Amino acid sequence: MNALAHGASYGALIILTLLTTVAMGVWFERKFAGRMQSRLGPTMVGPVGLLQSVADVVKLLNKEDIIPRDADRGLFTLAPVLAALLSLGAAAVVPFSSTVVAADLDIGVIWVVALGGLTVIATFAAGWSSNNKFALLGAMRGIAQSVSYGVPLVLSVLVPVILAGTMSLSGIVAWQTRHHWFALWPVIPGLPALGLFFLAMLAESNRIPFDIPEAESELVAGVTTEYTGAKFVLFYMAEYVHTLVGSAVASVLFLGGWDGPIAPGLHWMVAKTLALFVAVYWVRWSLLRYRSDQLMALCWRRLTPLGVGLVLLASAWALFAPGGPA
Amino acid sequence: MQTQSARRGRVDPHLSMRDYDPEADLMLLHFGPQHPSTHGVFRMDLHLDGEVVVKATPYLGYLHRAVEKLCERLTYVQQTPVVDKNDYVAPMTNEQALNMAFEKLLNVEVPRRARWVRTLFAELQRIASHLLWLGTFALDLGGALGGGSTLFIHTFRERELILDLFEEVTGARFHYNTHTLGGNRHDLPAGFDVKVKAALAEIEARLDGYETMTLHNSIFVARTRGVGVLDGELALELGITGPILRASGVDHDLRRDAPYGAYDELKVRVAVEQGGDCYARAKVRVAEMRDSIRLVREAIEGVPEGPLCGFKPIRLVGQVKATAGQVYVAIETPRGELGTFVIASPDNPTAPHRLKIRSPSLHALSAIPYIVPGATVSDAVAILGSLDPIMGEVDR
Repeated sequence: MNALAHGASYGALIILTLLTTVAMGVWFERKFAGRMQSRLGPTMVGPVGLLQSVADVVKLLNKEDIIPRDADRGLFTLAPVLAALLSLGAAAVVPFSSTVVAADLDIGVIWVVALGGLTVIATFAAGWSSNNKFALLGAMRGIAQSVSYGVPLVLSVLVPVILAGTMSLSGIVAWQTRHHWFALWPVIPGLPALGLFFLAMLAESNRIPFDIPEAESELVAGVTTEYTGAKFVLFYMAEYVHTLVGSAVASVLFLGGWDGPIAPGLHWMVAKTLALFVAVYWVRWSLLRYRSDQLMALCWRRLTPLGVGLVLLASAWALFAPGGPA
Repeated sequence: MQTQSARRGRVDPHLSMRDYDPEADLMLLHFGPQHPSTHGVFRMDLHLDGEVVVKATPYLGYLHRAVEKLCERLTYVQQTPVVDKNDYVAPMTNEQALNMAFEKLLNVEVPRRARWVRTLFAELQRIASHLLWLGTFALDLGGALGGGSTLFIHTFRERELILDLFEEVTGARFHYNTHTLGGNRHDLPAGFDVKVKAALAEIEARLDGYETMTLHNSIFVARTRGVGVLDGELALELGITGPILRASGVDHDLRRDAPYGAYDELKVRVAVEQGGDCYARAKVRVAEMRDSIRLVREAIEGVPEGPLCGFKPIRLVGQVKATAGQVYVAIETPRGELGTFVIASPDNPTAPHRLKIRSPSLHALSAIPYIVPGATVSDAVAILGSLDPIMGEVDR
């Protein structure tokens, strides 16, 4: 099988799997949140409400697609498509097992970080083109946020890159398979780097406590205020795919990806990804929201110095550790 | 130039737009009346410089229902269910304030049992109201799709316990119509004290958790400490009362300073905080909930035997008459001083000539032009939430 056919078939497979997982993930989140809030969550559509997401998507797709009169039509339409494409595109390089990967790029890490960073363009395009003040404020916050969390995100990703000596996601997992998961050993740059990545991931996928561009109690619905129907579905889906891919990347970078005893690699990868996915929602339904300037202060004053320190430690480990990395 | 001082929150709220630096290029944001966190239909016009509020103008009246005028049309015994709907989060205290004014106007003696039962209800209502406030405040800070809604639904669950108690006494969960001239209409059912104590134990146990989730949570502290600082002098000048005033360091509580009901026999511990910010207001309300739990426990123990209503049974709505006199009676509701001012005249002896309700929420909202400028949009939501306005009471 040549590389193109491999990429296309596995790409389609991964996209379909991701979208199904998102639908089930939304159901799971609503059940999970319901239990946290001493209520039941969806129960009516399908057994234990399993088809609730399907019903919601059908409902949203049936809605009238409204474009505000004074909106920038082209940009307004492009933004949700861009958001969905970027979030799905990042999944292309994530190795779900030693063989299930659409494109095993040498610079997979850069690809993931770059596509993640580009989503802010979709956010800003949506906020700007909506011609709505709440959306504009949301877009402004989105950019401020992206500039802030970007640096700690890259720094946290650099730790496994330095330790494994490769930028290929498969390479990083292969290294962890041979030695240790980075979250376990070397534990000092490894585990804090996982925490840092997790925080940056929450910020990137607009999850509480960092869902500042959306902030529905302040900005109604932030950048998506004017969006209805299919376009809203795209934004909504992009957010979930983003969280899911972020969780997958975190398990690849820090938790050994497909590495694990007894069960097949793919099972381990899925289990780790879903565990992080649940953690995101656990945090989301527990905490309150930071203010925009507090997020910036947190990122620049706390997380960035922490990230620099971790990268220095990782470099020192790579240079001086007995046996050293590969 | 103007925006520079505005950033420090020292702008004169009555300045017109003309006075602002045209180069500042402010954005006017209509915040409400249709907005998730304006607690009903309140509207603020925010002039924004980036995200910083330069000027905040509150607009009221979207929920005006002419309650005071309606009260002039209805006879003295018909008005209780009408004022129930004013402060729809604490209807018990509304009824109490109105009927206490009428009792003073008509010189009706309230039996001791009725005064104790009223106090019991008022304190239960205070717990319910503050629980609802805690939930909605978390909703303002954390959003309807996150931790805020988790706390919101949990506090609502505890508030249900109190509504269940009220339902058992009055048959209504919300608009009770239980206070009447000279006393109460519904007596406490048998075994009520056991149920009250059980509910209180549950609420008290869970309150510890809520305190951990809010007052001891670093995000909550970061969002509230130093936000919306209102100093005591300004608060007094604006006529602000209740928890907001006490959070600004002014030790004032009508339950202690002008005792009514059974408060002359119960000892109220007044919670006072010096901060004047949203955090201090939250702290005062949580402390008040704890004190109210204690007061309810004492009240349920101390309810004396005797008649529940000191007024002869009313057969005709027009039989209660007053031809002269004017009274002002104020009580301490969960939101502050709720006053009822009544003038009687010989023209219409069965109804008040004029009835004016002094609602604490209206005065609380008058602080907005002073404490919101200099804050961000996020803070504006937090400040509004910390003022705990009930629009039904503001607009009446």
